[in-house]
Amino acid sequence: MATPTRFILNDRLVESSAPAGLLLLDFLRLGERLTGTKEGCKEGDCGACAVLIGELAGGAVRYQPVTSCLVPLAEVHGSHVITIEGCNRDAGLTPVQEAVVEHGGAQCGFCTPGIVVSLHGLLLDESRGLALEDVKYALSGHLCRCTGYRSLKDCAETLDRRLGSRLNGTGGADGVSGPNLTPRVAVMASAGAVPDYFTTIPERLRDLRGESHAPEPHAEPEVRIAGGTDLYVQHGGEEIRDRRVEVLNRRPALKGIRVRDGEFRVGALTTFEEFGADQYVIESIPRIRAFNHLIASWQIRNRATLSGNIVNASPIGDFTALLLALDARVVLDDGGSRRSVPLKGFYCGYKQMDLRPGELVAEVAFADPADARVNFEKVSKRTCLDIASVNSACAIRCIGDTIVDAHVSLGGVAPIPLYLHETSQALRGRSLDQETAWDALRLSQEEIAPIADVRGSAEYKRLLARQLLIAHFVTLFPDRFAVEAFYTGGMS
Amino acid sequence: MNHIDSHLHVRGESQFVDDVPPPPGMLHAAVAGSPKAHGIITRLDISAARTAPGVVAVLTAADIPGVNRFGPIIEDEELLVEREVCFIGHPIALVVARTAHQARQARDLIEVEIDALPVVVDPREAFANGDLIHPPRTMAAGDVAGAWSDCDVVVDGRCEIGGQEHLYLETQRARAVPGEDGAMQVFSSTQGPAAVQHVVSAVLGRPMHKIEVDVKRLGGGFGGKEDQATHWAAMAALAAAHLDAPVELVLNRLDDILMTGKRHPYSADFRIGLTADGMILAYQADFYQNSGAFADLSPPVLARTLFHAASAYFIPNVRVTAAPCRTNLQPHTAFRGFGGPQGMFVIEAAIAKAADAMGIDASAIQRANLLRDGDVFHYGQVVERSRAERTWDDLMSSFDVDGILRRVAAFNRDSFAVKKGCALMPVCFGISFTKTHLNQGNALVHVYADGSVSVTTGGIEMGQGISSNVASVVARTFGISRRRVRVESTNTTRVANMSPSAASATTDLNGNAAIIAVETILDGMREVAAREIGGAEPATVTVADEQVRIGGEPADMSWTDLVGLTYRARRRLSAHGYYTTPGLHYDEEREHGHPFAYHVYGTAVFEVTIDCLRGTYAVDQVKIVHDLGRTINPTVDRGQVEGGLAQGMGWMTMEDLQWDAEGRCLSHALSTYKAPDVYFMPDDMAVKFLEPEDNPYGPLGAKAVGEPPLMYGIGVFFALRNAMKAFRPDAELTLDAPMTPERVLLDLHRGDITRSTPSTAHGQPLEVRGST
Repeated sequence: MATPTRFILNDRLVESSAPAGLLLLDFLRLGERLTGTKEGCKEGDCGACAVLIGELAGGAVRYQPVTSCLVPLAEVHGSHVITIEGCNRDAGLTPVQEAVVEHGGAQCGFCTPGIVVSLHGLLLDESRGLALEDVKYALSGHLCRCTGYRSLKDCAETLDRRLGSRLNGTGGADGVSGPNLTPRVAVMASAGAVPDYFTTIPERLRDLRGESHAPEPHAEPEVRIAGGTDLYVQHGGEEIRDRRVEVLNRRPALKGIRVRDGEFRVGALTTFEEFGADQYVIESIPRIRAFNHLIASWQIRNRATLSGNIVNASPIGDFTALLLALDARVVLDDGGSRRSVPLKGFYCGYKQMDLRPGELVAEVAFADPADARVNFEKVSKRTCLDIASVNSACAIRCIGDTIVDAHVSLGGVAPIPLYLHETSQALRGRSLDQETAWDALRLSQEEIAPIADVRGSAEYKRLLARQLLIAHFVTLFPDRFAVEAFYTGGMS
Repeated sequence: MNHIDSHLHVRGESQFVDDVPPPPGMLHAAVAGSPKAHGIITRLDISAARTAPGVVAVLTAADIPGVNRFGPIIEDEELLVEREVCFIGHPIALVVARTAHQARQARDLIEVEIDALPVVVDPREAFANGDLIHPPRTMAAGDVAGAWSDCDVVVDGRCEIGGQEHLYLETQRARAVPGEDGAMQVFSSTQGPAAVQHVVSAVLGRPMHKIEVDVKRLGGGFGGKEDQATHWAAMAALAAAHLDAPVELVLNRLDDILMTGKRHPYSADFRIGLTADGMILAYQADFYQNSGAFADLSPPVLARTLFHAASAYFIPNVRVTAAPCRTNLQPHTAFRGFGGPQGMFVIEAAIAKAADAMGIDASAIQRANLLRDGDVFHYGQVVERSRAERTWDDLMSSFDVDGILRRVAAFNRDSFAVKKGCALMPVCFGISFTKTHLNQGNALVHVYADGSVSVTTGGIEMGQGISSNVASVVARTFGISRRRVRVESTNTTRVANMSPSAASATTDLNGNAAIIAVETILDGMREVAAREIGGAEPATVTVADEQVRIGGEPADMSWTDLVGLTYRARRRLSAHGYYTTPGLHYDEEREHGHPFAYHVYGTAVFEVTIDCLRGTYAVDQVKIVHDLGRTINPTVDRGQVEGGLAQGMGWMTMEDLQWDAEGRCLSHALSTYKAPDVYFMPDDMAVKFLEPEDNPYGPLGAKAVGEPPLMYGIGVFFALRNAMKAFRPDAELTLDAPMTPERVLLDLHRGDITRSTPSTAHGQPLEVRGST
């Protein structure tokens, strides 16, 4: 890489010519000897390596916790990276640290720094408070093998008592303020909840942006990394480190959600978290956040992108299942021209897709589903932050009692993320009754071919596929369908 | 008091092995493991790896200067394979390079050819082949054969019990630093420094006094580093000795799961006989322990399965047999509970099945058969100070368990697709190493001239709070503030021949040893103080709140004054304390004796909800009454109870270790092996400690707390099963663990889903249509 990666690491500017694909975790631990960041799994599953990444958004800096084991170094160019060391005050403990100590939330201490980092991330997140559910949200990507989590959950009450009253609209009033600070950072700095230097970061990031050029991407990259949340798990940081890497997040044009003429056009690099927080999305898919809860942890959703999920072509990609039910189109860009492919026709075999050399997913587009009912189902061994045994999504639009449009997907039951062509087709024009549901169940069973793996036997996945379709009917139309009806037999 | 190091943990300042700045010239090692589960190595070519970038050496068995054979019970394991590989991941070679990255890259260049031999992964198959680690053991009491005819109900069954990955957040690691004159300093993440010292000594062919093992803390151990930290420490030391340079070896998560043993999977057959009013008259069980490829700690794990086979119940006629079956899996090892959980699961399964047959709630059988003082365990020990009924009854009244049961029943009457279940789980767990000779503890206490105190014990801090407990015990015994006490790393030059930190006994053994050391120093101090004050009897001198008192009255002498006087009087300010647990004996020939100093009791209740449509579930609440004796640090003890509970619940539900027929571990990463997270553990969770009562064997009256709470987790299995029973009262439900969502859903829809028509709770045929 010709230009080095420059960013603010805690309170100092760093510049590194290390490989673009070097994992941020390895850079921190091995390069900088910032050993408070721990390596637990290198798969984004334990959170021991969590750091905050802050980026200029408008005039302020927006911080998000991520697992540094899935972040390529070049990604943080121009950003502020906060490790546990950067959360520490010169003397004493921050309120988060005090709360964890007070409740006995640190036992062996290995997972603790990552947890403390994410809790500081919670303090800085404008959209969240300090209730128990917020603390659980922050801990969603963290494994602790010692505590059983009660002691960590109890930090919510302590933090809320100490800092909660400051969260409501006080802005940067308490001394530390500046026109470009986010109010949260100012409030937390003034409360001593984060170190004072946080308040200097927006200006320093602007200076950094002004004086340095982003690293030039390789003309012919071997590996393109979006969120990296699956890529690094599949291939490992060591395999990718020395390859020619392009960090796609350096292309801001691939971000953002627009709604025009009844159509959503979602930038390919939109993260799961951004998608779930978007007001238009929430209006059209009101339960998106509940779906996101099943899909991954906060830390992973902050990284995982829609296009990454699509081009992984995993048969159990969660967002892919949802997008199939939204009958999304994939807009592909080869650098000059664009073409659009229906997602349901994008996959042609296991990990095979209609993607030509040089093409990137630029956008995902789908008709505004506001007038449809959308449901997403997923069953895995652990409800949160696990890979599905089977997942499924369903979008049904009715006029009166008649289904006018229907799209159903199933994941984990075929070599590809499966769009149920026959089942979806058969639903259209039918009335919302039990007979229609029976037919859908029957047809869907004919469309799938699950195989056994660590996530379940073929028999289980076949049964689960059926159950999740029932779940769609009873969830989307609770006044029309009851689970009992699927068990008590007989044609309706 | 909180965990003594927690202020460091929250700042990311506590150091684990590889957090310490590396010594100059340190090299990094990576282990090359066998790609096959069983076979004979016919060719091993390390040349490509040897010349890879950064590589300085590739070591094989031929490079071991000492003995390439070790094992805690039976020396049946090689550090690096010489000829026969016995499981996938079995270490064959060690690559040493400038960086860990280079070492791991280069190990993939090692070429190994293996003539495959038959692979056995099923313990019953190994048993049928006669491939056992040692002959089966049987513990028996009464006359089981004669008792069946007296029973009104006799039920048979079979259980398959899954293993469990330790999932300590800190993977296995060690750093070895050569010193002068053949010395080797080993920084190891181990629960057993003496074992590491012994094996490094043997592998290097140097006396143990040349090997210094130092352990500051572990990022979790749970038994997984009791014996299996040794391999990696010995490999690091081998490389360091070979190259005369510091060498660090850190297993990444994939290697760690691949190469280290886990909680033993078991298969078991049981038969239980009861009277019509629910008294258990006879119990018989045969356990097939899946021991893995080598003995490791399988023999004592198996013994504890037998010791705890009757759990918290008195059964007059018992005959339990267990066989350690050698398979081509990782050598399974210690894991919190140490075989006890598997034994206790099977008796609970037997009771559940008996309750099904009798049409009653299992809790009625459980309560009726709880241990009472004067009962005799099937291994001959008399039950003393039983808290089984007290914790049960306290739980019932403290948490309105009858109310929970009523609400669950009412909910189930009104709900079709969502069902609730409730179950109680009593625990009785024996405290002491069942290898009696291990029940010894050591402590070294120094008082410095400024009044600060340094303590070293043989105990390892792994998050369980031994450091906090030792500091508290020392501070309270001296009569000073805990802030004056520093707990040092555990080091084989300061404490020799320590037992591993295991068997829940670490605080008992080392805390008692520390008290002995402190009392030795205090004896001299009392004489010095008495002489200084003039005419006082030494026995009347005490220290409290850092103030010297004579006959309870404050004297004009502070702790620091006393320390200075003691030093100038040339009396000792350092002492070694040594403790052995009294009264233990066990005859393995007769399987009879008094193996445990005491037992820890408690009872838990679980309420769960199952979504019968999806097979998913949530734990709504857990309430526990636990017997702690007199707690040293309530925060530490509560953390142990809750953490053990979580681990037990994980073992019984989502923690699903899988191997294929070729011995390949399929759940080999955290993306495929799931442990409880913040959402799985219920928000509604309470732990009540039983009214404090002194335990004569514990320091300051405390009781051990490490392992017993894990077995509360067994209750979640039966709560889930009870919820399933509410949906399918007709069906014979699974007794296999873990209760994954797959097992739940398949069991609720047992039979060919395209044809069968089982009936539902509502008596209607279960019409499941669709074709394959």
